[in-house]
Amino acid sequence: MLLLAVDTATPAVTVALYDGESVLAESNQVDARRHGELLLPSVDKVLAEAGRSLDAVTGIVVGVGPGPYTGLRVGLVTAATFASVLGVPVHGLCTLDGLAYAARSAGIEGPFAVATDARRKEVYWARYDDPRTRTTEPAVDRPAEIAERLAGLPVVGAGALLYPDHFPDARGPEHQSAGALAALAAERLAAGAEFLPPTPLYLRRPDAEVPKNYKVVTPQ
Amino acid sequence: MADEPLVLGIETSCDETGVGVVRGTTLLADAIASSVDEHARFGGVVPEVASRAHLEAMVPTIERALKEAGVSARDLDGIAVTAGPGLAGALLVGVSAAKAYAYALGKPLYGVNHLASHICVDQLEHGPLPEPTMALLVSGGHSSLLLAPDITSDVRPLGATIDDAAGEAFDKIARVLQLGFPGGPVIDRLAREGDPKAINFPRGLSGPRDAAYDFSFSGLKTSVARWIEAKRKAGEEVPVRDVAASFQEAVVDVLTRKAVRACKDEGVDHLMIGGGVAANSRLRALAQERCDAAGIILRVPRPGLCTDNGAMVAALGAEMVKRNRPASDWDLSADSSLPVTDPHVPGTRSQGHEHEHEQQHGHSHSHDHVHELSKDNLYS
Ligand SMILES: [Zn+2]
Repeated sequence: MLLLAVDTATPAVTVALYDGESVLAESNQVDARRHGELLLPSVDKVLAEAGRSLDAVTGIVVGVGPGPYTGLRVGLVTAATFASVLGVPVHGLCTLDGLAYAARSAGIEGPFAVATDARRKEVYWARYDDPRTRTTEPAVDRPAEIAERLAGLPVVGAGALLYPDHFPDARGPEHQSAGALAALAAERLAAGAEFLPPTPLYLRRPDAEVPKNYKVVTPQ
Repeated sequence: MADEPLVLGIETSCDETGVGVVRGTTLLADAIASSVDEHARFGGVVPEVASRAHLEAMVPTIERALKEAGVSARDLDGIAVTAGPGLAGALLVGVSAAKAYAYALGKPLYGVNHLASHICVDQLEHGPLPEPTMALLVSGGHSSLLLAPDITSDVRPLGATIDDAAGEAFDKIARVLQLGFPGGPVIDRLAREGDPKAINFPRGLSGPRDAAYDFSFSGLKTSVARWIEAKRKAGEEVPVRDVAASFQEAVVDVLTRKAVRACKDEGVDHLMIGGGVAANSRLRALAQERCDAAGIILRVPRPGLCTDNGAMVAALGAEMVKRNRPASDWDLSADSSLPVTDPHVPGTRSQGHEHEHEQQHGHSHSHDHVHELSKDNLYS
């Protein structure tokens, strides 16, 4: 097994190569506006570091969000294109699940939540019973609207760290790691669990309004 | 034939997901998925809606194009993609896909200019472009007069619209007349039954002291809207066919007059017309008439190649390969305001053969061109 994992749903551009037991190489860069420029060179670097070629990859793992639109699509279209050329499957995972899985390293075991920055003063979030078990669908809300429901729980991720007033027990890891995402995918593959299709979780509709009536140009 | 470059081209600058395959100047496949119907109710292209549609259509459209061309991806000599200008989020989907595709296949990547592609596509219809070529590009996003001594390295802007693009004017007048979106085809159809001389609408920037090659359609748009509103206010029926014909005549009169003048001034005996508005039947007819009178050879691709498509990107990519232009780097950006003077985005790390060209025309040009895609939303 050789999994290439990518996630561009958050400000992090993260790529990892995982052989079923360990992360062979990983690249993490945080730059919310340069996903498009950073992703392919990161893939190239990770493969070179591990001394493997893309042809050896047996599956692509991709974080499908939720995430702000533009960057999210970079990872998804890259994963889908690689899969098409290589003839290997794409395994979609909720981006929040990757962060939850990575929270094990922060010593979290019991119930907690994950929150990422959704911009516009909102967060993408979900609840977990443990790092492998999500109990709510991913959602997008203002921190004040969910603070009460998550009271007393540790909340992991940049979306929590951004709003310490609403999430007093905010914790790291702050950013998504493709290494954690790949390890989670490998575990699920071994268990025969389902994956998500490689389509984006936007959770928001496009900002577009049907125009109102035609505006008269003649001065009234 | 067989040793001519085989290139796949990807275009996602606006609302069409286009993938074309070209061998040299021969078109092998032109696959398109359009999101135009999703935009119709908004009265204009909504960038986020377009980007979402590109992501869904991208891989299936690539696969369809290769199948249609009957070639193996392994045999490609390069992957070309529109790097700009265009809608930033839409471009990014195509650029990301092209990079992944080129990387996975181990092929060179060429980020090319959308406007230069609109010119180069005519090679698929009428063979190699004469050098220099004079080009009039008219669509919902652009209205430009360009002189291209070498389509891969030297494209010079002579003039452009100072306000609306020509196609935008068609869309807006169609809206005033309640004819739906997009406006070009329906106005063309109605105009055939109308009198182009019925109403004398203004010809923008046509005075003796006006910029010879620039265009303006905003004043015309307002003038037509006012004329229609006056009729409606007076309780009279609006002669839709005559309005359509007279409006269209005002647009194509200015476009063809300035294009022919540019050819004469520059001593160029060929005129190429491209972009979605080049599908307009009256533009084609009047351009033919005026070019014939001036002894200029007119080249207009078939309508399907005038609108945005992947074949045009592949056509320019094939020319880049043929002329040994340096490939782009893996960190190629989608540049929504890529200057028309950059026909492609050469990498700084790859070993190029065009150092002399880069010094002449590289990024020393200021980005002072008129940005071709109007920034204001089309549904205001
Ligand atoms: Zn165009």
